Amino acid sequence: MKYIDEYRDPALARNLLQEIRRKATRHWTIMEICGGQTHSILRNGIDQLLPESIELVHGPGCPVCVTPLESIERALVIAARKEVIFTSFGDMLRVPGSSKDLFMVRSEGGDVRIVFSPLDALQIARANPAKEVVFFAVGFETTAPANAMAVWQAAREGIENFSVLASQVMVPPAMRAILSSPGNRVQGFLAAGHVCAVMGYEEYEPVAREFHVPIVPTGFEPVDLLAGILQTVELLEEGRAGVVNRYGRVVSREGNRHAQEIIRQVFKVTDRQWRGIGLIPQSGLGLRESFARFDAVTKFDVAHISASESPLCMSGSVLQGILKPDGCPAFARECTPEHPLGATMVSSEGACAAYYNYHRNIFQ
Amino acid sequence: MQHETVQMAHGAGGRLSQALMQRIFMPHLHNAFLDLLDDQAKLDLPAGRVAFTTDTYVVSPVFFPGGNIGELAVNGTVNDLAVGGATPLYLSAGFVLEEGFSLAELETIVKSMAEAARKAGVMMVTGDTKVVGKGQCDRIFINTSGIGVVREGTALSCRNLKPGDTIILSGTVGDHGMSIMTSREGLSFQSRITSDSAALNGMIASMLDVVPAIHAMRDPTRGGVAATLNELAASSSVGIEIDETTIPVKADVRGACELLGIDPLHVANEGKLVVVVAAVDAGQVLDVMRSCEHGRDAVIIGSVVDDHPGMVVMRTAFASRRIIDLPLGEQLPRIC
Repeated sequence: MKYIDEYRDPALARNLLQEIRRKATRHWTIMEICGGQTHSILRNGIDQLLPESIELVHGPGCPVCVTPLESIERALVIAARKEVIFTSFGDMLRVPGSSKDLFMVRSEGGDVRIVFSPLDALQIARANPAKEVVFFAVGFETTAPANAMAVWQAAREGIENFSVLASQVMVPPAMRAILSSPGNRVQGFLAAGHVCAVMGYEEYEPVAREFHVPIVPTGFEPVDLLAGILQTVELLEEGRAGVVNRYGRVVSREGNRHAQEIIRQVFKVTDRQWRGIGLIPQSGLGLRESFARFDAVTKFDVAHISASESPLCMSGSVLQGILKPDGCPAFARECTPEHPLGATMVSSEGACAAYYNYHRNIFQ
Repeated sequence: MQHETVQMAHGAGGRLSQALMQRIFMPHLHNAFLDLLDDQAKLDLPAGRVAFTTDTYVVSPVFFPGGNIGELAVNGTVNDLAVGGATPLYLSAGFVLEEGFSLAELETIVKSMAEAARKAGVMMVTGDTKVVGKGQCDRIFINTSGIGVVREGTALSCRNLKPGDTIILSGTVGDHGMSIMTSREGLSFQSRITSDSAALNGMIASMLDVVPAIHAMRDPTRGGVAATLNELAASSSVGIEIDETTIPVKADVRGACELLGIDPLHVANEGKLVVVVAAVDAGQVLDVMRSCEHGRDAVIIGSVVDDHPGMVVMRTAFASRRIIDLPLGEQLPRIC
């Protein structure tokens, strides 16, 4: 398959691995930001192939994982309402709240539907004027443009039976939070390729300068990942900070200006709770006043609903790269994909789920 | 009055029920047993152990590229008998119809059931129809049960795997599941992926003719090849190792899986076979399979090992290793 097979070429991968081995003279800890990258690394066993001196830690870039529990609880309450058609990306349906998930709400009679795009949810709203259609707008800068577009379209067409339950987050503030944390071990970043496709990498330059770290926008295929790792190792070995793009076929310095513009029109930057991590100032996106009538939280009056995490779950440390999933005492014991204690075990992009699915006990 | 759609009265046992039999079921399915219209079929079975199985089909959409629920219901039950080393002989069919379901579509389904039964060499000897109110089922559900006679000299079982055995896969993975998924509403891309729905009893008979001592066979339906291999490893308390580069996946199936973030090994098949055989017999079995229509792309994908009992491990194209786990429930597309 074109544009995939080239980036999964074992010979190319071997060459890059050799280069990494040659260049790495000491121990380096590198964080891949995105959950998609974490899965690709574990699925292809890239962590097994790297020299021991290169340690990969897994970042917070899993939208399902960082969506706060209170958003899930609010979703469950809204989805159970008779007049509501609740729409969501598929992997949010299995994320447990304190007592149930959206699948259970559906089995109890809630109209919960999987959509592939928020614009499909808007279409459902057009087709069902007597119903309230709610879209669960979660994700990073990758999902923000389409979510913003859906709200913008609804406003333009006057579709008043559409609203979004927004839990939109951004990468750079999370990187700052990780780098500022006293327990931080991360020395370099593979930036999330798809986030950078939207936002560009300009906004990472101040982070690289301020914290003196290399940041390398990186793709998702094995050869992409190894090229990103090699680049990061080279920068680390040379003691250089800065942003070097290794996902050139998708990412530019300025990113997608149209996508950024629609985000800016609809959303404003707000403080945001991250599941497992806590409040990160100015790290989220919320609807602007002019679009406030599309906010499901006010429309269904669920602002008072809050929730707290299982005390056993250490996903916050996992999401910040302080702990590896199999270092958690509950991993594969109290916490499994069937009975997840935290979202990092539920999501198809969660680091705990990746370890469980691909690595559990394999080399014991 | 000629109805165009299923009415509640079609299931009430009266005139309309009879009309449904005469107009739709009998013309296509009739045979010496069914023609008697008794409440049961009285069958003479050849000597040997009887194999008996049942399965219920609720696929949505009912019609999909490469088939429909009817032929799926016949092929699936035929395959469930055949993979146990049985020669499938007789099938029953129970229909649950939703009020308002198109009679023309029902007839198309029944016709393809008759055609599938003919191809597989089995007879539909008894059946039943119920009608439920609008919204109480999704258009049409079909249950088929089947009986067959186990071939002498065979002892196929998922508990029979031995370290050193060879694992053969009959062809490309994921065709049926991705055909269904991409023909559901809500996807903004279209594909030409067709289901692989097929009866495998012919090929299996040829394989057993040559090597009666095949250790185990399974048709990797729901949960895909991953679930089948896990079940086999767990039942026999052995490990399984497979090689990623050997698994055949059609380009369009792979493309759709990449787009949706789904592992082809987790996707359902309806005309594929996983075979476990002693290494010394593998070549012969492979040759027979490749000479059959439904085994043309058969390949050796791995072997049974002593290590990691109950677990399936894959060697990746990069020579690393990872677990192939059971899929967890429904396949959910990723967010980004």
